[in-house]
Amino acid sequence: MSDLTSVDNSAHDHHDHKPTGWRRWAYSTNHKDIGTMYIFLAMIAGLLGMAASMAIRAELALPEIQFITDSQFYNVLVTAHGFLMVFFVVMPALIGGFGNWFIPLMVGAPDMAFPRMNNISFWLLAAALVLLVLSGFVQGGAGTGWTAYPPLSNADYHPGPAVDFAILSLHLAGASSILGAINFITTILNMRTPGMSFHKMPLFIWASLVTAFLLLLALPVLAGALTMLLTDRNFGTTFFEASGGGDPIFWQHLFWFFGHPEVYIMILPAFGIVSEVVSTFSKKPIFGYLGMAYAMAGIGVVGFVVWAHHMFTVGFNVETRAYFVLATMVIAVPTGIKIFSWLATMWGGSIEFKTPMLYAMGFIFLFVVGGVTGITLANAGVDMAFHDTYFVIAHFHYVLSIATIFGIFCGVFYWLPKMCGNMYNETLGKWQFWITFIGVNILFFPQHFLGMAGMPRRIPDYPDAYAGWNLISSFGALISLVGALMFIYIVWVTIRSGEKAPANPWGEGATTLEWTVDSPAPFHTHEQAPELEPKSAAQPAE
Amino acid sequence: MTSESATSQPWHVPEPSPWPIVGTAAALATALGLVWFMHTGSPWLLGIGGILVLWTMIGWWRQVILEANDRTSHTSPVKVGLRIGMLLFIASEVMFFFAFFWAYFHSSLPILNIVAGPWPNEGVEAIGAAGIPLLNTLLLITSSLTVTIAHHAILENEREKVIFWTGITAVLGIIFLGVQIYEYHVLSFGLKDGVYPSTFYLATGFHGFHVFVGTIFLIICYFRARAGHFTPEAHIGYEAAAWYWHFVDVVWIFLYVNVYWWGASSFGHLVVE
Repeated sequence: MSDLTSVDNSAHDHHDHKPTGWRRWAYSTNHKDIGTMYIFLAMIAGLLGMAASMAIRAELALPEIQFITDSQFYNVLVTAHGFLMVFFVVMPALIGGFGNWFIPLMVGAPDMAFPRMNNISFWLLAAALVLLVLSGFVQGGAGTGWTAYPPLSNADYHPGPAVDFAILSLHLAGASSILGAINFITTILNMRTPGMSFHKMPLFIWASLVTAFLLLLALPVLAGALTMLLTDRNFGTTFFEASGGGDPIFWQHLFWFFGHPEVYIMILPAFGIVSEVVSTFSKKPIFGYLGMAYAMAGIGVVGFVVWAHHMFTVGFNVETRAYFVLATMVIAVPTGIKIFSWLATMWGGSIEFKTPMLYAMGFIFLFVVGGVTGITLANAGVDMAFHDTYFVIAHFHYVLSIATIFGIFCGVFYWLPKMCGNMYNETLGKWQFWITFIGVNILFFPQHFLGMAGMPRRIPDYPDAYAGWNLISSFGALISLVGALMFIYIVWVTIRSGEKAPANPWGEGATTLEWTVDSPAPFHTHEQAPELEPKSAAQPAE
Repeated sequence: MTSESATSQPWHVPEPSPWPIVGTAAALATALGLVWFMHTGSPWLLGIGGILVLWTMIGWWRQVILEANDRTSHTSPVKVGLRIGMLLFIASEVMFFFAFFWAYFHSSLPILNIVAGPWPNEGVEAIGAAGIPLLNTLLLITSSLTVTIAHHAILENEREKVIFWTGITAVLGIIFLGVQIYEYHVLSFGLKDGVYPSTFYLATGFHGFHVFVGTIFLIICYFRARAGHFTPEAHIGYEAAAWYWHFVDVVWIFLYVNVYWWGASSFGHLVVE
């Protein structure tokens, strides 16, 4: 980890007074170090989560039980995969990692608003990861799925401490996110360099701001729900217990009131990164900057009033379903604004197909595929048939898993020179992109067919009728694994022995403030408020 | 870019601190201790976790108070940030209570829950709005007035008045908590008696916990006022305590109107006929 900055040999570094040894990391109040720790944690959790998904795909490659003879263990794998990827890979990488690294750099602040609170945000997440891993090893593990619906998650069906560990893990992760959100919002609202009005903020900053508000308002509702589940399990309350006048459906309301904003929490920062990258490599300001910014804000607002589209099969009356169909469809409008604005930015631009740009375009493609199946699933009538099938799995893996992961890869290739001071190998990067792109599509596209044919999710076995596409899907998983391992290799080689990167390796297209500081970024940056020249604003000059 | 190490920016970047990781260890011990307690009944690890959390709070906030008093760390832009941070924290707390109010309405209103049973659930008598709850409402509303008097006294630099009215506010908070505990003792139903007691005890219980936290915050402000920490220009800590106290007050008014009053009114019964 310390390699990221120990290769720092810039002329200025003797001015960098920085703490040394383990205290530098454990006691850190430095946004770059904390961001690095977040990314490191995301990579560890990513390997764990990927191991779980490989086990799932190995089991599902052929009909009948292959090696997972205990179905509860299969459920534990599915649950761990979901929790890990959502809370410990995507969120720490996009928000904790890139947010910490680049919000202060891009708004011209020397650090975050509350640097100590920033540190506890990270360490609470590490503690949460410990609790989650523990939950997998005690008394049968938590096999509830990441949605933890009662009655499966209550004390009758999961009597051991595993689900309690998982609940408390999410409590700590939630506290981490709420504190992080307060920090991000305060930094963005209060610490922008003079001249950077809201309408001149880079789109990554807009994305982070909207994301942080979603975190701030959605995570406490999850905390409330988890507390109710905890007391139902251990102290005899009956919030979700029909025998005591409670209602298990109520858990689903609370969970998805958090869960739907959560999916935007995972995708919005990727929107921000892709916007920066498309603009940089098209050598044009982003098309429709204001529309892009307010589209994200709109997605954030509407994201709070669509939650019950995850629950179409619970027996709503027709008016309720009609409302949630309509509200969900409305989200296609701001999303469409974003897609078309990215395309319009590229249109007529002098495009350089460097690896980050390939990932940005890959993101747009994958997000459109996932978005279109999302429109399909938004229809309550259609969802009656598709609910809990592999069609849903395919849909949300296109948007959340692979589009978001493409956003992360895009950000890593784009910003790695700034973070470690070295350039990645462009040829390797392009190979890695194409292997991953082909792998994930072979992995997830056939799952649409499986879902339309009715294959249910979260079951380790299936009838022979589903045999062929499952094998192809598992083959795609192997290709994706190669891509993921290659990614780690490229990052490792870049940090160890990549070519030295200049302050701005991307040329005239890269106009945001992080490219005005040295590569790697010195320990302390923006100690004087940076000048915001008209051309470095996100908008074109008048 | 950083041609000199001195910063000309007004922001406060503190030195590395042990408290975040100590606080995390405390949170981890508390979580493990809670699981241990729930599954074996042994409370010692939970107790250790609680003590560690308290130790973190004392150490960390002592540091913040020292910084507030050095009169250089908290520049006016930093104060704006601290205010924004506190408001955002309160916003997140509002959403936490939102979940419990939702639980209350979901369990009681057939329009939200077509399988809702009778309300309150069978065998439970709802609490009326008169008597103890009304007394508590008056206590909290009065305390919101007294804390505002104290806040204005800070702006007018009248230290004796600040100390007096802050003390009164804290005492009102303590009396509220005593009355609330008394109410729990005399109630006819227990936590395990169904969904009405579940929502009642968790909503009022978490509110009571917030009153407890707010009272401690005010007591600390009381001693800080006596030590002369607050000036008309520099009293962010007091502002935060006062805002938090008003927030606790507003949550109570919602609890009083919805849970105590409406929940036991004939209108409430009509809806679930």
